Amino acid sequence: MPQEQNQCHVCTHCGAGHAHTHADGCHHACCTIIENLSVQMGQDTIIHDINLHVHCGETTAIIGPNGAGKSTLIKAIIGEVKHEGTIRFVQANGTKVLSPIIGYVPQTPRFDPQYPASVLDLFVACTTDHPVWLRPSKAVRNHVELALARVGMEDQIDKKVGVLSGGQLQRVLLALALEPLPQILLLDEPSTGVDAKGLKTFYSTVEEIKQKYDLTVLIITHDRELMEEYADRLVLLNSTIVKVGTPQEVLASEEYKKLLG
Amino acid sequence: MDWWYFLVDLLPFHWAQPGYMLFFKNALLAILIIGPLFGLLSTMIVNNRMAFFSESLGHGAFTGMVVGSLVGAISPTWGAVAFSIVFAVLVSVVKQKAKLSTDTVIGALSSVSIALGIFLSTVNGGNFSKLNNLLIGDVLSIDPPQILLLGILLLLVLLYWQFKINKLITISLNPSIAISRGIKIFTNETLFSVVIAVVVTVSISWVGLLVINSMLILPAAVARNLAKNMRSFTLISVLVAMITGIFGVVGSYYIGASASSCIVLMQSALFLLSFLHLRRNA
Repeated sequence: MPQEQNQCHVCTHCGAGHAHTHADGCHHACCTIIENLSVQMGQDTIIHDINLHVHCGETTAIIGPNGAGKSTLIKAIIGEVKHEGTIRFVQANGTKVLSPIIGYVPQTPRFDPQYPASVLDLFVACTTDHPVWLRPSKAVRNHVELALARVGMEDQIDKKVGVLSGGQLQRVLLALALEPLPQILLLDEPSTGVDAKGLKTFYSTVEEIKQKYDLTVLIITHDRELMEEYADRLVLLNSTIVKVGTPQEVLASEEYKKLLG
Repeated sequence: MDWWYFLVDLLPFHWAQPGYMLFFKNALLAILIIGPLFGLLSTMIVNNRMAFFSESLGHGAFTGMVVGSLVGAISPTWGAVAFSIVFAVLVSVVKQKAKLSTDTVIGALSSVSIALGIFLSTVNGGNFSKLNNLLIGDVLSIDPPQILLLGILLLLVLLYWQFKINKLITISLNPSIAISRGIKIFTNETLFSVVIAVVVTVSISWVGLLVINSMLILPAAVARNLAKNMRSFTLISVLVAMITGIFGVVGSYYIGASASSCIVLMQSALFLLSFLHLRRNA
């Protein structure tokens, strides 16, 4: 196949981004275009006038002080909160993707230890048509095992979700978000409640999967290491976008020092 | 019904003699249908913390029966079912729109409903005592056409479970994940409350308003203390509902108490045991 067809071009919409190749010829949501996005809750404006392009093959980290609207931005993208303005997903050639597959990892939810669902049940319920109250076939079980193996959690398949540690649950939820393989991966503060070593594993898994499948990764974080080592771009948010750029640019900026330094 | 009488007649009890105590045999069959029906619904009512919500649906069903018997040109049950569905949708909508805590809203609607039911049945000097059977319930008075109705309902609920249970579980695990996977939360939750409302309305005469919510909560409450996954959770819940159902109906014959009350007392005892079991293993 000629190189031409495989190329994810520099974003034709904003001229930014990067040229790289991908096996599927970039027939996936390659640029997420957010225009004039505002979210109002009652009298309060949570976020306003957000204009942002997020690209595939890149990890974009959203940083900002508490209450800056980081989670709200992600919830607007998955459609959980009502918003003004537009969020569009387009392929490299400009074709719209109406409903891209979105993988979402929430801030670690806590399940009570008696919650009667195993890790297998979680996957069966969220990713298959096989009703979770009946025994899944061997094939379904194998498939879930493979999905869990991506994050090294295949031996936890029969554990109840409520007894997993924070780090384990986070990895299970990442594996869940990757099933089916999403075009856009949204992570809301994956570092909460995870130890340093677990975090390293978590980030390198995300990095590996991002490169392999050319995903758009959007991640909310407070973690300086993540910002410096794994993010391709930082977005400093404080109810609207204050600063966008490479990690070096943003972390050295006056705005960063003022809000988070 | 003949096949059922034939089966029961094989049992070595004196009430099981052929052609004898048919009403009692009807009740046994009815409870074998009500058991799984309630055992299944119970699992998601408990998982979704809807205990109070389902209580209010019971109140809606009561008022439905009163309204049904007032306007019931065809049959009071259908009027009641229609009223309960409207009530269930109303509670769901108000619950979603309301800025007040859900608790308050459901409590208020529940009270409105029960007051309306009592008002309509006593206005112009009406006699409330004719509605006593709705409060206490009497499964011994069920007859074959109504058992058939329960049977059809069980089939419909099984179909519903087959196609919708995954969505309900996903929502109960994490609403945001559900939304990111394109699951409509409001539609699914409203449909589930309509299913509960219909089941409660159709069963209320046999189970009784005062204990119907216990039977919707206790089976899964027991199962939750013992289950390791969704399959064992569902299985234990259904078994608890069915076994206590059979013992309740048979026991009520020997001690002469209301069957529903026997069932709920046994389920409560099982809940206590399962709770102690859980504590010991913790």
